[in-house]
Amino acid sequence: MNIDKKIVDDLVANDVSFVTTVPCKQLAGVIEEVDQRPEIFHIPSNKEDEGMGLCAGAFMGGKRPAIIMQNTAIGVTINTLATLTQFYRMPLPMIISYRGELREPVACQVEMAVHTKALLEQMLIPTYHFHWQKDVEEFDNILKYTFMANKPVAILTDANFWGGYGDQ
Amino acid sequence: MIRSEILKEIAPILKDQLIVCNIGIPSQELHAIMDQPSNFYMLGTMGLASSIGLGLALAQPKTVISIDGDGSILTNLGTLPTIGNNCPSNYILMIIDNGSYGSTGDQPTYTGRKTDLAGMARAAGCDNVVEVQDVDCGKALQEAIDAQNGTVLVVKCDSGNAKMPVITMDPVVIRHRFMEAVKA
Ligand SMILES: Cc1ncc(C[n+]2csc(CCOP(=O)(O)OP(=O)(O)O)c2C)c(N)n1
Ligand SMILES: [Mg+2]
Repeated sequence: MNIDKKIVDDLVANDVSFVTTVPCKQLAGVIEEVDQRPEIFHIPSNKEDEGMGLCAGAFMGGKRPAIIMQNTAIGVTINTLATLTQFYRMPLPMIISYRGELREPVACQVEMAVHTKALLEQMLIPTYHFHWQKDVEEFDNILKYTFMANKPVAILTDANFWGGYGDQ
Repeated sequence: MIRSEILKEIAPILKDQLIVCNIGIPSQELHAIMDQPSNFYMLGTMGLASSIGLGLALAQPKTVISIDGDGSILTNLGTLPTIGNNCPSNYILMIIDNGSYGSTGDQPTYTGRKTDLAGMARAAGCDNVVEVQDVDCGKALQEAIDAQNGTVLVVKCDSGNAKMPVITMDPVVIRHRFMEAVKA
């Protein structure tokens, strides 16, 4: 199974047509896939809170948005999640690379990994963790759940899910 | 002129336009001067008015005006390249540059010293950047609306705030009536 393609197929099937991204090495394939789909307007942002602002605007303009980012960005976006996305009750699927987990080669990534789930829990953000490739089968339901609930929802995707780091 | 005087003067131009308004006293002033369903008031999240407005302009065809502040642009400077490289023709970013963080007591920002926001917007790739003095704001804004070419408008004015009540409207109500206005 090509998980990049599966994720973007599910986005398109759920009418997600506005996607903003800040790259992570693990997300390179899915970002490339997003960029190639004519059904999706892809707008790279420079910082993830900026991206969430773009998504809030797109949502109010009638589009279904999504953000693709690294888990370190949870540290960047807490205020925006609380005072914009949650306060105004807006849906936002967050496809997050979960760096600093098993098979991580870069020690510094662990420092935010150990806070990631605790922060999401503190924010009462529904959180799903994809560790095995087959976990992606839930993605379609998670998207439906997000737009039903009008909340930000986190999908943490770790290195094992993406098949490790190759030759890095 | 201070911000509230500018807002009073341009109120007739803002009528029925989709507006995303900066956090704090700017939103309180706009709310007191001319509340309307097509005003989206930011109650928090300093810095994102320009991003919300851009996302909205990209998602639908109506003109969108973000009323932002110098301090908020400085805190989200990444917004300028994103606007410069994606700016739809229906988007106007109007920065009320009073050289200060107005809502928190007019502490000076760097735009009151050496920093030039219009120059930064141009360098970021924004094609239509206009800088005007407060008295010329209305004329410049109307021209930007008529031109439909995606404009960044920097309005230089004095620091100072009008005393207006806090917005007590529920955020979901603000958002809902705004979305109804977008669809109308
Ligand atoms: C992250 C964060 N830091 C600080 C504040 C406090 N704050 C609210 S409004 C504001 C000033 C904004 O200044 P500007 O955008 O220039 O608008 P003005 O009121 O001057 O028109 C500040 C510092 C905040 N709300 N959020
Ligand atoms: Mg200011």
